[in-house]
Amino acid sequence: MRIPPNAPPNTPPVLKETPSQTAGPYVHIGLRPSVAGFAGYTWEPDHQIANPADKSRRIRISGTVFDGTGAPVKDALIEAWQADANGHYPHPEDGRPVMPGFRGFGRAAADLESGEWHFDTIRPGPVPGPGGTLQAPHVSLWIVARGINIGLHTRLYFPEDAALHATDPLLAIIPDPRRRETLIATREKDGEGVTYRFDIHIQGEYETVFLDI
Amino acid sequence: MTDTRPGRLPASGHRPGRPGPFFARDRGHHPPALWPDYKTSVARSPRQPLLSFENTLSEITGPLFSLRDLGPQDNDLLSNFATEGQPIGERMLLHGQVLDQNARPVPGVLIEIWQANAAGRYRHVNDGYRAPLDPAFGGCGRTVTDSEGRYFFRSIKPGAYPWPNATDSWRPAHVHFSIFGSGFAQRLITQAYFEGDPLIDRCPIAGSIPDPAARNMLVARLDMENSVPFDMLAWRFDIVLRGRRSTCFENRPEGN
Repeated sequence: MRIPPNAPPNTPPVLKETPSQTAGPYVHIGLRPSVAGFAGYTWEPDHQIANPADKSRRIRISGTVFDGTGAPVKDALIEAWQADANGHYPHPEDGRPVMPGFRGFGRAAADLESGEWHFDTIRPGPVPGPGGTLQAPHVSLWIVARGINIGLHTRLYFPEDAALHATDPLLAIIPDPRRRETLIATREKDGEGVTYRFDIHIQGEYETVFLDI
Repeated sequence: MTDTRPGRLPASGHRPGRPGPFFARDRGHHPPALWPDYKTSVARSPRQPLLSFENTLSEITGPLFSLRDLGPQDNDLLSNFATEGQPIGERMLLHGQVLDQNARPVPGVLIEIWQANAAGRYRHVNDGYRAPLDPAFGGCGRTVTDSEGRYFFRSIKPGAYPWPNATDSWRPAHVHFSIFGSGFAQRLITQAYFEGDPLIDRCPIAGSIPDPAARNMLVARLDMENSVPFDMLAWRFDIVLRGRRSTCFENRPEGN
């Protein structure tokens, strides 16, 4: 690690971050109000990450969050953030143009009966990584629910990108191949569109790799 | 300046002259994932260590929102649910400022809140508490911080309520807050409590934050300076999001 010679010294933070608290069991009221029966908002984030009109490249991502007893977490809320098919983020710190109607963000509530959730989106492209590396296509995910004291960050990668996975800077620092596998979705269904399954295990034998980012 | 030439990749955000990665999250300042006094956390907490990874474009960027995404009454819980009548309870102005760890105001932050009504009942299919629903109260609101990072909501003060944990656990009155920064790594959900509530110190969820000074950051203060006479009391709840390092450490040259 080196410091650029002309850089001023870094300033330490002067304030502490506001501490996290669980989202609790009623998170839908605030974050998916239409699911909770509140019709007062004209628009709210939902499971559509990309432009729904762009039908040619649509994919679905579906999954279930499981707790340490193997039970589905039926009150889970999942957020997704991803780049477009060219690997561009709709954000000024990326600055490259994004596909029309591409929001990059989605929010899905697990089904209150089954615990299953899904997003409709397009496959992201590879995005720049540290030190000039390239990161394999991925979707950043964030999971909250009752009993989760601080939101859990993880990433979903796609099974077709094995060659890029070999050089991905995040996958590279997970030495155990079984742990690495927890971040790779499985391709489940073709036909009308492709569905990828990505189950998240909060603990246990198949515990998903969660990130401190 | 961002390089927008076709075929050029932006740096991962660690370049001199632009903000660096976020300050590492001080995990000891947050509740641990496993807090046995809060029983649900036992089966819903990872057992493996979190994987630490330096910020990339994927973490430094995040969804951005503006007031144009919202409706004019979205931050007024007194009026955004019922077409007639007003909610029962103690009217309040809940407001504050969003800063980053460098003490700089953060404008353009989407804040979403949800809460129980004055009787401690949520408008949710899974809430079976015997206290009544309020036909004039929905319990959710949202807003975007202004150019100085400020926000406000009009609402009613929520009630305390019992919940299944120990044999007689009660949640202190609280409002749930969800906050976005400019990067996905800043994503935060928390709860605001109310100054003087004796239930705060008895609550295993508030108590999951080990450091009393950190817990104290979640207590909204009675703010008579901003109360509205003969209308509502004001409560002030300031929020601090992760800040960015001011300079850049590079593992090796970017090559561009």
